[in-house]
Amino acid sequence: MKHTLLMTIALILFSLVSLQVQAGPRGAPKEPIVFENTQVENDYLELSEELRCLVCQNQNLIDSNADLAGDLRREVAKMLKQGKNKEQVKDFMVDRYGDFVLYDPPFKAQTLLLWAGPFVLMFWGLFAMLKKIKSDKAENSAESLELSEQEKEKLQAILKNK
Amino acid sequence: MKKQSMTPLVIFGLLVILLVGGLINAKYIRDVPSPLIDKPVPKFSLPTVEDQKQMFSSEELKGQVSLVNIWASWCVSCRAEHDILNYAARLGVKIYGINYKDEISDARQWLQVRGNPYVKSAHDLEGRIGIDWGVYGVPETFVIDKKGMIRYKHTGPVYRDDLDKKILPLIKELEAE
Repeated sequence: MKHTLLMTIALILFSLVSLQVQAGPRGAPKEPIVFENTQVENDYLELSEELRCLVCQNQNLIDSNADLAGDLRREVAKMLKQGKNKEQVKDFMVDRYGDFVLYDPPFKAQTLLLWAGPFVLMFWGLFAMLKKIKSDKAENSAESLELSEQEKEKLQAILKNK
Repeated sequence: MKKQSMTPLVIFGLLVILLVGGLINAKYIRDVPSPLIDKPVPKFSLPTVEDQKQMFSSEELKGQVSLVNIWASWCVSCRAEHDILNYAARLGVKIYGINYKDEISDARQWLQVRGNPYVKSAHDLEGRIGIDWGVYGVPETFVIDKKGMIRYKHTGPVYRDDLDKKILPLIKELEAE
């Protein structure tokens, strides 16, 4: 029994070690990013929220733990510290990764459907709804609530049977 | 049957086509279209993996049709495509490597064990050149024409099918240009 336990522990330790070996990219050691200027820091935080992490595509740079996101955050910080403005940093990213890197894609021919689509659908829905309401109303007013001869007879029959 | 009552069915049918199409294409969804297509290769000059005193510069990519393959020893899918790259090299395809965020010793060992299909590999330790190439998932493979322009990008491992049906025909076409 004791033997099995020891074996299990050894196995777990071994797999942890081999996981370490398997771990992701290596490279230069990571320093925390420090800002001396609060304006630059604010720009950095805003950009990190607006830029998408390309690896885990539903996260922005600031949320993502992916290695590439870390590299891109450092790149953003470096460019801002060099005195580049937010637009220049965004252009830098778009040149390399395309509009996809922006969480707020620009309005142009390619993204027309993306931007206009929801409004088109909404107006179409409103229009269809109004039309339906109108036609229902027309139907109700046209059809008189009085019973036809046939219906009257049916009603009498039901009442008599009672 | 009234004409109006067909509308939901038609909408449903269109939705089915849209969604099933999305499912079938799901494996391509991760592919981010590269803005680098038809642009000159990003400039770089890095020491090579083989010899740290030797440099590999983007200028060398001009004047011939070649592949640039981003690889790393920690990248599992690179293992899958390595034999294909070896095969392509045997066919005479010029393949240049960019070794992405790797320790030099690991990279060298990789080439020693698995064979070296590359004319040379640049050692991009910090991944800075990778950013210029818009790399977001290793491996990635670019086809470069004689003018040093990027003409095609393949994200993920290159399989035999990708090589035979897309990359080799494109190389042939570009060589005729």
